[in-house]
Amino acid sequence: MRRMLLGAFVIVAVTAYAQTPQRPAATAPGGSAEAGKKLFVADGCYQCHGYEAQGSSATGPRLGPRPIAFVAFSRYVRQPTGQMPPYTAKVVSDADLANIYAFVQSRPEPAKDIPLLK
Amino acid sequence: MSEKLSVDRRGFLKSAAVTGAAAFVPGAASAEPQAQSAAPALASAPTPPRETDPSSTVEVVTTDRPGGDFMVDVIKSLDFEFVAANPGSSFRGIHESIVNYGGNSAPEFITCCHEESSVAMAHGYFKAEGKPMAVLCHGTVGMQHAAMAIYNAYCDRVPVYIMAGNTLDATLRRPGVEWAHSVQDAAVMVRDFIKWDDQPISLPHFAESAVRAYKIAMTPPMMPVLLVLDGGLQEDPIANEITARLRVPKLTRASAPQGDSGAVAEAAKLLAGAQNPVIVADRAARTAAGLARLIELAETLQAPVINQGGRMNFPTRHPLNQSANARQLIANADVILGLELTDFWGTVNAARDSLVRTSRPITKAGTKLISITALDLNTKGNYQDFQRYPEVDIAMAADAEATLPSLIDACKRALAADRRTALAERGKKLAESHASALVRSRAEAGYGWDASPISTARLTMELWAAVKDEDWSLVAESGIMSDWTARLWNFEKHYQSLGGSGGAGVGYGAPAAIGAALANRKHGRFSVTIQGDGDLLYAPGVWWTAAHHRIPLLAVMHNNRAYHQELMHLQRMANRHQRGITRAHIGTTIDNPNVDFAKIAQGMGVHAQGPITNPSDLGPAIKRSIEVVKKGEPSLIDVITQPR
Repeated sequence: MRRMLLGAFVIVAVTAYAQTPQRPAATAPGGSAEAGKKLFVADGCYQCHGYEAQGSSATGPRLGPRPIAFVAFSRYVRQPTGQMPPYTAKVVSDADLANIYAFVQSRPEPAKDIPLLK
Repeated sequence: MSEKLSVDRRGFLKSAAVTGAAAFVPGAASAEPQAQSAAPALASAPTPPRETDPSSTVEVVTTDRPGGDFMVDVIKSLDFEFVAANPGSSFRGIHESIVNYGGNSAPEFITCCHEESSVAMAHGYFKAEGKPMAVLCHGTVGMQHAAMAIYNAYCDRVPVYIMAGNTLDATLRRPGVEWAHSVQDAAVMVRDFIKWDDQPISLPHFAESAVRAYKIAMTPPMMPVLLVLDGGLQEDPIANEITARLRVPKLTRASAPQGDSGAVAEAAKLLAGAQNPVIVADRAARTAAGLARLIELAETLQAPVINQGGRMNFPTRHPLNQSANARQLIANADVILGLELTDFWGTVNAARDSLVRTSRPITKAGTKLISITALDLNTKGNYQDFQRYPEVDIAMAADAEATLPSLIDACKRALAADRRTALAERGKKLAESHASALVRSRAEAGYGWDASPISTARLTMELWAAVKDEDWSLVAESGIMSDWTARLWNFEKHYQSLGGSGGAGVGYGAPAAIGAALANRKHGRFSVTIQGDGDLLYAPGVWWTAAHHRIPLLAVMHNNRAYHQELMHLQRMANRHQRGITRAHIGTTIDNPNVDFAKIAQGMGVHAQGPITNPSDLGPAIKRSIEVVKKGEPSLIDVITQPR
């Protein structure tokens, strides 16, 4: 049973993290995408969302390259309502979160015509 | 049978004891008291003959007709193609009978390096072939090795026909190992997760139990069965007085249990009258006929089908396949039909793994739930795979696939003619939704396309491009791949998706894939598996089995260098305790050093490539491996991947 394999990490309530961004990230703080890339791995974001923040239907949605607004992003990271484990400021500072957000924003859009995906 | 051969095992061992004593104790007279001490029955025996009387001192050391030969006669009647085993002395008698008396054909002996591999191979074989494979193992250490794989098969409702060797008569055991490998009750350790077992005490008893075991295993709910074979029964000559009683009983398979006609009619009434019916299938359609029936039911009702993947169930490109929209459909449904669901409660409820565990219904109030599952006919108490209790409105204790014909007929009768237009409209909307979901999935697959480690979407589609024109069979997927195959591949035949392990016991993937590939071989199907790294490390010796028996299989690894599910669990705990995740890798990752799976496979005679880290290298590597597999050999490609 595929659902059973996914176990506790099936995402059932992550609508706040819509895969398609709803609003521009105009409120995003200045952050370093380069630093964010390291934090994305060190803080374990990649575990559910992939090293490229591309997401997984099994564990966590795509985050970039056009993420939800930083306020909503931050709120969800601190106080998730779905299966995501909470990242309090004690383990990920606001500055680190801004860097992670910058990394997510910096992810490239996929090529428009990938032959294998036609 | 000659008189000589009618000597039973106890008889000729007694003879051996006398002879031995005579050989090692000086003087025949001194031998007699020792024999009396070892075996009092010999006290009344005639005076030991003199050495000059050779006709009386010849020990019976051979037989032309051991019990194992008759066991093989019975086993052949059950039409087993293969018997998988790691060799063990407790079943040496039947092993020898299989390879010599039985000609090592039907069943053919498949040499395994671990009993877990033997059982998991049989598990995968059944799902591809539709009939069981036999397994032999020691009643003690072999069963201990086999136990997890037996549990997986039990949870996956798969029949595996297991025979375990044992030596019951303590006075005849060889000193040392044979004692360590003997047991009073070999089945007790697995009895909680098999359907039936027996320990026959005679060959006629074996014959009946062997046929009975097959019948029980193959009646839904299908599950493993176990016969414990006494070593003496296998090895001793068939006694004259038994010969007249030996016959192979007729096997008559039980018809699969079907839903009660009243319950079927009531279910059809609900489904026909529903505005938003949903069909959810898990281990429902396991044959070509079952697949066709489920399509017919869905099309009759113009109802969406959510495939939970325990079996093939439903074509991925059928417009009524709505697995991608499962959550929304469940939430909007007014009637849900669950077919052989592992977890009906979990299908209609959401549970959250947080500090305080919570759950809530996904469904609307008043949604009617209909369950058809054979599992209601056989639920055990100890192991908790039966999941949380679902509060359904109609529960049919029946095999779903076998019940589909009557349910389809009942639905056709129950559908009012004036609903045809509404149904057609519903079908049209669902087709549009299906098409949109495929477009979305393809778009999502493009993110991270050129990344290294290689994205699981890229791996999936490179593989699809290479196998789509073959008569392919995806025999296993170990590791979690974001459902890319189900979302992007065109599954349409019953053998193209075989489901998972059942019990989530890791280590299933490699042996089950090889077992299924063994079944597919004679059909000319191209077997392919996506192989997890953690899974392969449990018992990698099964790849030697694939090489030795020339089982063609392409394995592309989803190597994320971790027990990633556990890594995420550690992350969850660490975050919950606000400690950060810097140590979550301890005990959960498989690196430092990285495992070179290609070398492991090559060391066992398997063609292998990798590790591949550049996504551009993957397609050409797959093409090279396909050429090898088409020549009848296994091939493995180690691919370093994104976590999910």
